[in-house]
Amino acid sequence: MAVLQLSSERLAEQVSAGVPDSLAGTGVCDDVLWVKPAKIADAANFLKSDSGLDFNFLNSISAVDYINHFEIVYHLTSMNKRHMTIVKTRLDGREKLSLPSVYHVWRGADFQEREIWDLMGISFSGHPNMKRIMLWEGFEGHPLRKDFL
Amino acid sequence: MADCFLTMPIQTEPMTVNIGPQHPSTHGVFRLRVTFDGEEILEVEPIFGYLHRGTEKLAEERNYTQIVTLTDRLDYVSSMINNQAYCLAVEELLGVEVPQRAKYLRTLTAELQRVASHLMGIGFFLQDLGTLGTPLMYAFRIRERILDLFEMLCGARITVSYMRPGGVFFDAPEDFWPALDQFLKDFDVEFKEIEQLILENEIVMVRTRGVSLLPLDLAINASVSGPVLRASGSDWDWRKMAPYDAYDRMEFDVPTATGGDNYDRFWVRMQEIYQSIRMVRQCIQQIEPGPTRADVPLVLRPEPGAEAYGRVEASKGELAFYLVSDGGISPYRCKVRSPSLINLTVTEHLLVGWKLADMIVTLGSLDINMGEVDR
Repeated sequence: MAVLQLSSERLAEQVSAGVPDSLAGTGVCDDVLWVKPAKIADAANFLKSDSGLDFNFLNSISAVDYINHFEIVYHLTSMNKRHMTIVKTRLDGREKLSLPSVYHVWRGADFQEREIWDLMGISFSGHPNMKRIMLWEGFEGHPLRKDFL
Repeated sequence: MADCFLTMPIQTEPMTVNIGPQHPSTHGVFRLRVTFDGEEILEVEPIFGYLHRGTEKLAEERNYTQIVTLTDRLDYVSSMINNQAYCLAVEELLGVEVPQRAKYLRTLTAELQRVASHLMGIGFFLQDLGTLGTPLMYAFRIRERILDLFEMLCGARITVSYMRPGGVFFDAPEDFWPALDQFLKDFDVEFKEIEQLILENEIVMVRTRGVSLLPLDLAINASVSGPVLRASGSDWDWRKMAPYDAYDRMEFDVPTATGGDNYDRFWVRMQEIYQSIRMVRQCIQQIEPGPTRADVPLVLRPEPGAEAYGRVEASKGELAFYLVSDGGISPYRCKVRSPSLINLTVTEHLLVGWKLADMIVTLGSLDINMGEVDR
């Protein structure tokens, strides 16, 4: 009945077989699946469409500012297979950050990606409506960044 | 010649109207930019952020216990459940085990809060439908009693801050239990009155059945959760799927409907109230004396690099706090996964093609809370 946390080692094997050259390093660290930023949309598509994985529900997308790099965290659940996992990707630097959007994989990414652009300053390419969501257009800076005081 | 004139299509100019940001029935400061063709909705754009207080940024400046007060102000009609989600995240971060009595007190108060929140959702939904006042006042009569019970527990009615990392703030006072019993007795009578008035009411049915349909595949794809998802046919409920606190010892059903229309969303909430009351009764039976808070230090310092995703089934859907620690006294990052915001993803789908008169009703059936949408 309960939802299981999927082993990220097994998951990493399946993802690297399904989407070649998509994992960052070995792909596993702290029981999290690490994906290269450029391949995030392809990996997301695979995670959703593979019949054994079937991650049909995107719980949330979070961004964390680590000064020298940003981490984007995807919490995923499969409602049919009753398992969940965490996928992360790492963006280096602070200026002109961009990541492929997963909007076309999960519509639920719509407002969350806009919120990350608004508050963290990471834009998502392929998102049909990439504009601020909480603050108004013309607001300077991205308030959730660590250097915004 | 006259026939020819009558069969000509009547052209109307599409008109863009701003609804809000302070329309009273939009459940807070919420704005919809709607383009109409006559009465029919052609385009919808939800615009929000008017209540954005930067809760996530404020949390980075406060210590772990202080943040509990910020969570009250997210979904301010279900503060207990917000407290619960946050405390579960902090406990996961610290690896703290909560005492049994505290688990039951949390489950009990969270279910009472769900009843209060659903009553408000139903009351305002019917208000939006045009039932001026009566059902809303009936709903508020019960909700008021729940808030009185909360006042006995912690002195506050809305911004409760009753739960703390490691348990609850205080044990329930002695006179709380007889008051709760009396509430449950009165509830049966008072809630029956609401049900008889509206559940099978012909006008409610005609106005809401088959309006603004949400298919299940879109609901899942758009990360919709809570009663809105369950009205579309899924039985996904985190209280069943990943039980927290005392839910693993509760017997309850997950009400679902298959139509995904406005009536089903309203109906699922009505049924969930019964299940919540059922759980409150089980809590009263099963609760045993004991400590109500684990032995946690005054200032919490989780391990550097620790992360936690504390998730509950809130009254609006999946509410989660994603916490990242750097070993300091405040979280390095505190992200709120708010169900109201994400349920709004489907607004456009629900409204386009329907009439102006259904628009506010559909918004009411989503039961959004702007404190949580904007944060």
